[in-house]
Amino acid sequence: MAEDKIVLENLYKIFGPNPDDAFELLEKGHSKDEIFEKTGTTVGVRDATCTIKQGEIFVVMGLSGSGKSTLVRMLNRLIEPTRGRVLVDGDDVTAMDRKDLINLRRHDMAMVFQSFALMPHKTVLDNAGFGLEVAGIEKSKRDERSMKALEQVGLKANAESFPSELSGGMQQRVGLARALAMDPSILLMDEAFSALDPLIRTEMQDELLALQEQSQRTVVFISHDLDEAMRIGDRIAIMEGGAIVQVGTPEEIVTNPANDYVKSFFYGVDVSQVFNAGDIADRKQVTVVERPGVSVRAAFERLREHSREIAIVTDKSRKYLGMVSAETLTDQIKGGGEPKYSEAFLKEVEAVQSDMSLSDVLSRVAASRYPVPVVDSEGRYVGAITKTALLQTLDKAG
Amino acid sequence: MDSEDINLPIAEYVEAGVDWVQTNLTGLLDGISAAIGFIVDNLEDFLLWLPDWLLAVVVVAIGFWRVNWRFAIFAAVAMFLVFGMNLWEETVSTLALVLASSIVALAIGVPVGIAMARRDVVEMIVRPILDFMQTMPPFVYLIPAAIFFGLGKVPGTIATVVFAMPPAVRLTNLGIRQVSKEQVEAGLAFGCTARQLLYKVQLPLAMPSIMAGVNQTIMLSLSMVVIASMIGAGGLGNTVLTGIQRLNVGLGFEGGLGVVLLAILLDRLTQSFGQSRKGRK
Ligand SMILES: Nc1ncnc2c1ncn2[C@@H]1O[C@H](COP(=O)(O)OP(=O)(O)OP(=O)(O)O)[C@@H](O)[C@H]1O
Ligand SMILES: [Mg+2]
Repeated sequence: MAEDKIVLENLYKIFGPNPDDAFELLEKGHSKDEIFEKTGTTVGVRDATCTIKQGEIFVVMGLSGSGKSTLVRMLNRLIEPTRGRVLVDGDDVTAMDRKDLINLRRHDMAMVFQSFALMPHKTVLDNAGFGLEVAGIEKSKRDERSMKALEQVGLKANAESFPSELSGGMQQRVGLARALAMDPSILLMDEAFSALDPLIRTEMQDELLALQEQSQRTVVFISHDLDEAMRIGDRIAIMEGGAIVQVGTPEEIVTNPANDYVKSFFYGVDVSQVFNAGDIADRKQVTVVERPGVSVRAAFERLREHSREIAIVTDKSRKYLGMVSAETLTDQIKGGGEPKYSEAFLKEVEAVQSDMSLSDVLSRVAASRYPVPVVDSEGRYVGAITKTALLQTLDKAG
Repeated sequence: MDSEDINLPIAEYVEAGVDWVQTNLTGLLDGISAAIGFIVDNLEDFLLWLPDWLLAVVVVAIGFWRVNWRFAIFAAVAMFLVFGMNLWEETVSTLALVLASSIVALAIGVPVGIAMARRDVVEMIVRPILDFMQTMPPFVYLIPAAIFFGLGKVPGTIATVVFAMPPAVRLTNLGIRQVSKEQVEAGLAFGCTARQLLYKVQLPLAMPSIMAGVNQTIMLSLSMVVIASMIGAGGLGNTVLTGIQRLNVGLGFEGGLGVVLLAILLDRLTQSFGQSRKGRK
C-alpha cells in the first residue's frame, strides 16, 4: 500500500519542570491523574507510536484533554516533544535545527486552526498569502498563488474583503486557503471545523474530501466528533489520557473496539451511517456459475445438498446475474423444454451497490423475504445481507 | 518609644548617592542633557519658525482628514482663541515640549514593553518599577531632575519622560500578551522567525493597545509639562503659574483654557490615528 509519510516513535510530552519524575512514575504504571497529584506535571502525550500513510486522512479522536492538540503540535514542533521521535518522509523532525525546522514549516506542513487565527488587519488575499509572505516570495507571485488557493475554496470574489466581513465558514475557508497556498504535502487540522455550525461543517468536510480527490495530501485531522471522524477519516486513532489506544479504519474500530473507552464513543452513533452495504454482506449463500453445458439441475442438486432455499447465479467473471430459489428451479425443470437460469430468477430480488450506506438498504433488507445480494461497482457479486446480519450490526451500537 | 531614639539617616544616604552620581557620571548626565536639549530646541524652533497660519491650517486639515469636519471647525476656533489670548507662542512651546517628551518616552517605553512581553523575567523586574513610578505624585520627579540637570526645558522634559512613560510600556506589553495563542501559533506554523513573528503578527495585532498607550503618554506629558513650569520649562504652564503667583485669576484662566484646548486637540488627533485603517475603509 501507500508509503509511510509520518512516523511517530514512542512520543512523549510532559508539561512541567521535572519530566524525569513523571517518567519514573509512568514506568511504575501510575495514571495521568496520579502523576499530576504527586509531581504537579501533566502528561500530555504518552508513548504515542503510529504511522500515517501518504495521502490518507488520518483522524485523531479523543475526549477533551486526551492530548490530541499536543500530539499534532509535536509534528511541527509548536510543542517540543519531551521524548521520542517524529519522522517525516524519513527525516527526523525532532533532531532538526531552527533553520531546517522553519523550512519544514514553510514547505511541507501547513496548519488550520479551530479559531481560524486569521490576521484581522490583512485582506483575505493577504491572509491567504501569509505563509508565502513569510517565506519571502515576492508580491506578484504570492498574489497569484494565493488567488489560486482562494479559487479552490470558492472565495475568489472576496479577495479584497477583511476577515471580519466574512461568516465563520468563509473565514475558515480563508484559513484553509492560507494552508493550500503553501502547497504542502501535509495538512494539520486541529478541530478545524469544530467552531462551525453543523450544516456548514458538513459542507466543509465535503470540500476537504473534494480537495483530497484533486491532490492527495496527507491530512492529520483532529476531532472530538465521531460522526466527523467516520465521515472523513481513512483511518482513526483514538486517544485516551495521552495514549493512543487504537488505530484502525472506521469499520475496524466500530466492529472491534479495543476497550470500553473506545466503545463509549459509539453510544448514540448511528451505525447505519458508518457502514456500507459491502461491510456487512457475507458469502454464506450458495453460488452457482452459469456455464454452457452445465445443467440447471446441478444447481438444484447443490441446494438440496446444503439444504438451502436459494442460490446466487453469477457468470464466469463472477458478475452477478440473479438469484434463484429451489421453488423457481423446480418450476423450470418441470416446465419442460430446456430449463434456463434466467427464467428462474426471483423477480422481486434486486442487487444493491456495495458502497450504498446501510441506512439506504435498511428498508429493502427488512422488506425482502430473501437475503439482498450486494454487487461492486463492476457488477461482481460481493455477498448478501441477511436480516440476521443486519440486526447483529445494529445491535453492536448498543 | 521616642522618635529621637531611632535615627535613620536616609537623607544623608540620598545626598551621598546624588554626590556620587554628580561626580562620577558627569559625562553621562551631560550626554543625556545635550541629546534632550537638541530634540526640544529644534522641535520648538521649527514649530515657531513655521508661520502661525500654516501650522493652524495643517492642524485643521489633519482634523478634517482623520476625524470629521465638525472637529476641523472646533480646531479652527480653538486656535483662533489661543491666538486671540496672545498665548500662541506659549502654546507652541508647550506643544514642542509635549512632542519631544512623548517621542523620547515612546522610544524607550515601547521597546521595554516588547521586551517585557517576550520574557517573563523582564516583566517581573519592570512591573514593580512601573508601579512605583505611577504611585509617585508628579512633582516628586521635579526634584531629582532639577538636581541633576538644573533648571529649564531639559530637566522639565526629562521629568515628563519619566512620568509619562509607564502607560506606553504597560500597554505595549499587554497588547502583545493579549494576542491569541492560536494566532501566535499560526505565525510560527507558517514558518515565521522570531523577528517575523514580532513584526508580522504580534505588533500589528497589538497595535490598538499600543496606540492607546501612545495616547495616554501624550496626555500625561501634557499634564506634566504644565507642572514642569515650576522648574522653568516654560510654555502655558508658566502662564498659569504666573497667574497663581500674582493672584491674577484672569491670566490663570487663560493659561488653563489654553491647556484644555491643546489637550482636546491632541487627544482626538492621536486617538484617530489609533483606529485601525480597516475600520475607516
Ligand atoms: N502548555 C501546557 N502546560 C501544561 N499543561 C498543558 C499544556 N498544554 C496542554 N496541557 C495539558 O495536556 C493535556 C492534553 O492537552 P491537549 O490540549 O493536547 O488536549 P486535547 O485533546 O487537544 O483537548 P481539547 O479537546 O480540549 O482540545 C491536558 O491535560 C492539558 O491540560
Ligand atoms: Mg485541542
